[in-house]
Amino acid sequence: MIDSLIPVLAGAIAAATPLIFAGLGELVAERTGVINLGVEGMMLTGAIAGFALAAETGYGAAAGLPAGALAGAATAMIFAFFALSLAANQAACGLALTIFGIGLSAFIGQHYVSYSLPGLQPIAIPLLADIPVIGPVLFKQDAVVYLSFITFAVVAWTLAKTRLGLLLKAVGESPDAAHAIGYPVLGIRYGAVAFGGAMAGIAGAYLSTVYTPLWVQNMSAGRGWIAVALVVFATWKPTRLLLGAYLFGAVTILQFHAQGLGIDVPVQFLAALPYAATIVVLVVISRDRKLLQLNLPASLGKPFLP
Amino acid sequence: MHLLEPRAQPSQLMRWTAPLIAIVATLLAGSFLFWALDKSPIASFQVFFIEPLTTSYGWSELLIKACPLILIAQGLAIGFKARIYNIGAEGQLIIGALFGGGVAIYFDGSDSAWVIPAMVVAGALGGALWGALPALLKTRFNAEETLTTLMLTYVATFILSYMVNGPWRDPEGMNFPQSIMFGDNALFGILLEGSRVNTSVFITLFAVLAFWLFNARSFLSYQLEVGGQAPAASRYAGFSAKQTVWFSLVISGLTAGLAGVGEVAGPVGQLNLNISPGYGFAAIIVAYLGRLHALGIVLAGCLMALIYLGGEAAQVSLQMPAAITGIFQGMLLFFLLGADAFIDNRLRKPIR
Amino acid sequence: MPPPDPRLQLLHITKRYPSVVANSDVSLTVMPGEIHAILGENGAGKSTLMKIIYGAVKADDGEMMWDGRQVAVANPAQARKLGIGMVFQHFSLFETLSVVENIALVLDEPFDLPALAARVKEVSERYGLPLDPYRSVHSLSVGERQRVEIVRCLLQDPKLLILDEPTSVLTPQAVQKLFETLRRLASEGVSILYISHKLHEIKSLCDSATIMRGGKVTGTAIPRDETPASLARMMIGRELPVCEAPLYTGENRPILEVDRLSLVSDDPFGTTLENISLTVNAGEILGIAGISGNGQAELLAALSGECTGERESIWLAGEAIGHLDAGQRRAKGLVFVPEERLGRGAVPALSLSRNALLTAHRQGMKQWGLVSYRKAKEFAEQCIARFDVRCGGPEAAARSLSGGNLQKFIVGREIMLAPKLMIVAQPTWGVDVGAAAFLRQTLLDLSRTGVAILVISEELEELFEISDRIAVLAAGKLSAAQSKAATNAESVGLQMSGLFNETAQPTESGHAPA
Repeated sequence: MIDSLIPVLAGAIAAATPLIFAGLGELVAERTGVINLGVEGMMLTGAIAGFALAAETGYGAAAGLPAGALAGAATAMIFAFFALSLAANQAACGLALTIFGIGLSAFIGQHYVSYSLPGLQPIAIPLLADIPVIGPVLFKQDAVVYLSFITFAVVAWTLAKTRLGLLLKAVGESPDAAHAIGYPVLGIRYGAVAFGGAMAGIAGAYLSTVYTPLWVQNMSAGRGWIAVALVVFATWKPTRLLLGAYLFGAVTILQFHAQGLGIDVPVQFLAALPYAATIVVLVVISRDRKLLQLNLPASLGKPFLP
Repeated sequence: MHLLEPRAQPSQLMRWTAPLIAIVATLLAGSFLFWALDKSPIASFQVFFIEPLTTSYGWSELLIKACPLILIAQGLAIGFKARIYNIGAEGQLIIGALFGGGVAIYFDGSDSAWVIPAMVVAGALGGALWGALPALLKTRFNAEETLTTLMLTYVATFILSYMVNGPWRDPEGMNFPQSIMFGDNALFGILLEGSRVNTSVFITLFAVLAFWLFNARSFLSYQLEVGGQAPAASRYAGFSAKQTVWFSLVISGLTAGLAGVGEVAGPVGQLNLNISPGYGFAAIIVAYLGRLHALGIVLAGCLMALIYLGGEAAQVSLQMPAAITGIFQGMLLFFLLGADAFIDNRLRKPIR
Repeated sequence: MPPPDPRLQLLHITKRYPSVVANSDVSLTVMPGEIHAILGENGAGKSTLMKIIYGAVKADDGEMMWDGRQVAVANPAQARKLGIGMVFQHFSLFETLSVVENIALVLDEPFDLPALAARVKEVSERYGLPLDPYRSVHSLSVGERQRVEIVRCLLQDPKLLILDEPTSVLTPQAVQKLFETLRRLASEGVSILYISHKLHEIKSLCDSATIMRGGKVTGTAIPRDETPASLARMMIGRELPVCEAPLYTGENRPILEVDRLSLVSDDPFGTTLENISLTVNAGEILGIAGISGNGQAELLAALSGECTGERESIWLAGEAIGHLDAGQRRAKGLVFVPEERLGRGAVPALSLSRNALLTAHRQGMKQWGLVSYRKAKEFAEQCIARFDVRCGGPEAAARSLSGGNLQKFIVGREIMLAPKLMIVAQPTWGVDVGAAAFLRQTLLDLSRTGVAILVISEELEELFEISDRIAVLAAGKLSAAQSKAATNAESVGLQMSGLFNETAQPTESGHAPA
């Protein structure tokens, strides 16, 4: 039984990887009080930029991931200009970014339809890969999955243990106080939004150059939105985000293994499962208002004009 | 980096010129885009925005596309005023289409004149139901409506896909994911010979008038506005926040559902996977561009319809992907939000 | 020995904003070890001047000298480097962070929380400002938060400490402790700039004073040699207005009765109300003293109906209303003036006539769900005329009004609803002296027409001026109300820190912790 689950679990880890990147990026941005609903758009922009560069240079994901990060950060800057410098409605700006990103990626992607890339081979980590069950699930993955582990560790450590982490939290709680004691609130928020964009871009590039290494229009299929929901589910804590992402990875992968696991349900219902699960998860976490309020960055979504 | 400072008094002038500024900015950015693609901006705009309007057929197509956009945006504007962000009108449209289409399929072959009214009612109910769900989740469980409405859109897409691949698939449709073509009794009557303009126009017309009256005079509309701008003031005055949520989401779901029926009982004529080219999302832009005002939305809806038409024309004449429509939509919303910032703020004076 | 250079010298500082000149040709000198008062009423330009010194705002004109050298302070970090510390009126602390984390964020030194925590403990004890470095700020009282701000400054070895209205949140006893600390600092050579509008405090604490009015310096004084009246004349340009409280001769029946009201706050940082009982009679003003954060917000929400509870916990004119929502209570004759004018009492971007509709819509302004905006406008015009609201007319946006004028509009609007009971929170907060006197007199006059009024305020002087009886809310508990003649600021101050005596709190068996 365990043996038949191993490929499912390993698949879940890979499926969760874009959610981890995009979710961590959004988490950092939201910690500073900026809600960017444009993750889906940034992800798609990153996906096509990554795919294009991977395809044109022939270096695959090695070129695609940095390109995706750059493209994601660049589109995030459009959002930042409107939502931060002009203090426009953050939710609507994020939506504009998503609409724009979907259009832009489809527009550029027209040249790459039915193009495919080699993808990445899994790398078995010596010793660790030999641990029963955990080894093949966690340590026989591609390099980007390992990168997601490292990114998680760095983000979690920075937020919990460093002055920078404290500052991000402080800005998210009270931009006025941070401004009063002399911190450049807008600059910090710009930085956090750029980081969020880069992470979403990497998530997209992972999808298009590694996970399913071919270009399909709209290929992120709502993962950006799920990442936003995961941040709420995680109550802005990286560790919970990681766990939530793996849970969703498992739900996503279920549709491909359903028949093997003896589940006989129309494919559309299985495909709808991650989205329905997102709603369920949001409901479960949101009904505890106090828990949410205790962790919610107090200035989230509110424009700052000193 | 701080560009703005608050005005004492919101600028009424900016409120109404912001959409024009946004349109001009979008055209400029669009010119740049065309220029970067080695296409003459002027010729491209000719194809995009002028040519569709040179024929009476073009105008009729404009009307066909504008109607659902205007209808959905009217409902969305109610919620946006109260800062209830229903971004899942696309899903509500689909469920409305499914409900209405279900009636058409069930009564296929009937010659009753009541099929169309029944479809309209069913579609409105379906859309309202799909809007009521996030309202329940928000009022009961405090779940953010932005995310739930959007997730429900994906769910709606898969339900549609299941129905047209399964129970409602046309047995003679060569396994295409689509239902039977609806009979004449399940279609809106054509209004103008030789065009696709049909009697569903009257639904939109009625909605515009009703929403205009509602916005201009009703106390409920005032309550929604207060709730959106200052929730604490709304609680202070004793207005019900739950009522606001329910009303906003159910009404916007209802109009989206109606638009869905308008599509399947109009230009589409059946249930399939392409019943809406993203009207539910574009209507968000229409609502804001129209200043959440019933008549402003009519103008904005026409412009958005033109962008759709232009996108189709560009596909044919300029060999550009239809996705260019999305780029224009995104830019338009960005520029609009940017221009809107100047209603309540003005440029910071440089320090002397 | 030549006299030392002044610690701080401001020369001809001018700062213009688009609509107002906040500082015009302001000069002042502060010597080392001097406690220097900046006296002026709200809107006199004191806060802008302090922000200029602290580098948060740039002056348009003028010079700043520091220890005899000309300096240009570009930002707060640079000001801190020079040795300028600032204790803000609205604290610049982060609620969800701990004391030591808050302090670490302003210190320009390697990030080492345990080492810093030890220093925080040491410094705070040395100056008699005890603090637990690992407590979360949201769990601290307002007085403790101020300590955090002061300790944060002290850790930077300041040469000049600026305190902006530091006592508005303190009990009289805590004010005395603060003064001790400040005198000690001054004796160690630290200069202190003390911003206030409280005359007797300045008289007892400060060595010298600069008085400001309308952005200009209107005089300097040695406070010890002045009387409160002479200082007031310099501050507002005329005598301090006094309110008149005529005797109430009407029927004396209870209007508001609160019976053992308990409420757990929805807000995780909120205060739980315990067993609150009170009565307000027709024709009287009941004042509730206490420092914000002790259940004031919760009590107001429970009374106004923004938060509903048990039916029989609140009675209005003999009818149980505890279960009714805010709208239903308003329909029965309750009106409310909240402390947040913009965003709660009024919608900032809406016009005054639309803001009139907010609570006055029951005055025949709507029919079949449709609004008569003409009637709302007439109502607003009347309110503006009757209550001397200075504004650009009924179509002016609420946020374009000054604090005092908006407060007059809101109070006026609520009075025009012909209430049985009026609840007012911080009636004159941030309001200039003239408007404050007008508002207090308006409340007194209203009460004498038989309306019951409940006032919650942090300003003891105000409560003693207008109230008939005074109770104290501390840590979610309410003391028994005492008639004004039977109590004094000292004893109210003790109660504000949570010390209720047996007679004051008969339902409680023991003392609340100090």
